[in-house]
Amino acid sequence: MVSNMVKWLGALVVTRVQEMGRMLLFVLSAFAWLARPPFRFSHMLKQLHFIGYKSTFVVVLTAGFTGMVLALQGYYSLRKFGAEGMLGAAVALTMIRELGPVLAALMVTARAGSAMTAEVGIMRITEQIDALDTMAINPIQYLIAPKLVAGLIGVPLLVAIFDVVGIYGGYVAGVDLLGGDAGSYWNSIESAVEWKDIYGGILKSISFGLIITWICSYKGYHTRQSAEGLGTATTEAVVLSSVVILMWDYFLTSVLL
Amino acid sequence: MTSMIKLIGIEKKLGGQPVLQGVDLSIPVGKLTTIIGGSGSGKSVLLKHMIGLLQPDRGEVWIGDVEISRLSGTKLNDVRRRFAMLFQGAALFDSLSVFENVAFPLREKLRMKGPEVTRRVEEKLAQVELAGMGHKFPAELSGGMRKRAGLARALVMEPEIILFDEPTTGLDPLMAKSIHDLIVAMQRRFGFTAVMVSHEIPEIFAISDWVAMLRNGKIAAMAPADEFQQIADPDIQEFISVGGTVVLPGSHVR
Repeated sequence: MVSNMVKWLGALVVTRVQEMGRMLLFVLSAFAWLARPPFRFSHMLKQLHFIGYKSTFVVVLTAGFTGMVLALQGYYSLRKFGAEGMLGAAVALTMIRELGPVLAALMVTARAGSAMTAEVGIMRITEQIDALDTMAINPIQYLIAPKLVAGLIGVPLLVAIFDVVGIYGGYVAGVDLLGGDAGSYWNSIESAVEWKDIYGGILKSISFGLIITWICSYKGYHTRQSAEGLGTATTEAVVLSSVVILMWDYFLTSVLL
Repeated sequence: MTSMIKLIGIEKKLGGQPVLQGVDLSIPVGKLTTIIGGSGSGKSVLLKHMIGLLQPDRGEVWIGDVEISRLSGTKLNDVRRRFAMLFQGAALFDSLSVFENVAFPLREKLRMKGPEVTRRVEEKLAQVELAGMGHKFPAELSGGMRKRAGLARALVMEPEIILFDEPTTGLDPLMAKSIHDLIVAMQRRFGFTAVMVSHEIPEIFAISDWVAMLRNGKIAAMAPADEFQQIADPDIQEFISVGGTVVLPGSHVR
């Protein structure tokens, strides 16, 4: 009984470590292929359009309402201490340092990451990836590397949009709807937000871009040959990306503070 | 017989199950060789070993004078340039039109551009009777048309070797015959070495130069097509019979 449990636990650990090793080799291989010609700039732009531009609407929508609810909650909390004037700073710092990168990354995972896994997974199931191999075209260079670059560029840009729209959302709720002072709102932001807050947000968003494209394309690339396999891969990609984003956010925040 | 592809003692396990258990096989140069065998006998797995999509657990895969079973990266790609493969589902890229699919290897591998690409693609599309269909997307094509488009993509690089993985699966008998005819016509015209995995018995005896049968993870027999049907092995005879050349006792099929 005990030996069976140890065996099971050992097999589980070995499988997980092997999987992590494969994932690491996958992303290292993608970066290595990035440095080798041919450079497919148009592919990267296409992916940037897919990951970045096509996620803009959902990011703007989420950012607007997040900013508004943040201002709503913040206004009533700060009013208890007579500190409504600090509302802008509270909204902006929360957005730039934390909610912007995390929520934008989660939205990109849900919209673009899942689609990325499904796209690559279908290519795996229908042997399109094997077809690339047989044509002596490296599938990681052709398919995955442009997605990684697009994630590294696209997610920080979306986070920047999220931050700006969120701060404006906070302004609408805190100033236009609740009657806070407009000057205090902008002044508090100017005095409270420092460059290191913005750098931290950018650093987070770059790492989240890598996490999303890495995990989602890896899961798609290793989809098992069935419709069920594709569903499982997509679910695993979204769940794992989201969890890793939240965990990595904690570690990065504790280092950056 | 000069061999283009030579497999020596190939063993492969998938998911812990032995699939190939010591395959020895020589594919003659410039001929159409068909590999037959029961479902799940490992025919497609064998085909994928020939082009390096799978690596054997044991054994050697020789393409001409190059042993590829342990090659990877650029060296393997150098060998793959001699190949093309038509997959079961044609494996056309969904996001590209038929024209772009056929042009794909020219543009991506040879970095060709402009009118030369158009000329070569339209020539191949005409050869597979898909002239004027280049603007369509794979989702708009019938099964037979997809196979034809896949064949055009395989032919466009003028490879030395083309592998066909069950090229008529899912097609009605007439369409299957037209795909077979097309494969034979192209093979005779361009003289490439063809290896086909197929269930289409007895049709394959009429179109193949050589036939090999995979059974229990090994090559049970290989012979010229006209001699293969005379092999006395009862298992081979039973397999061929069930395939349609002989009506079994008690069967109502005519």
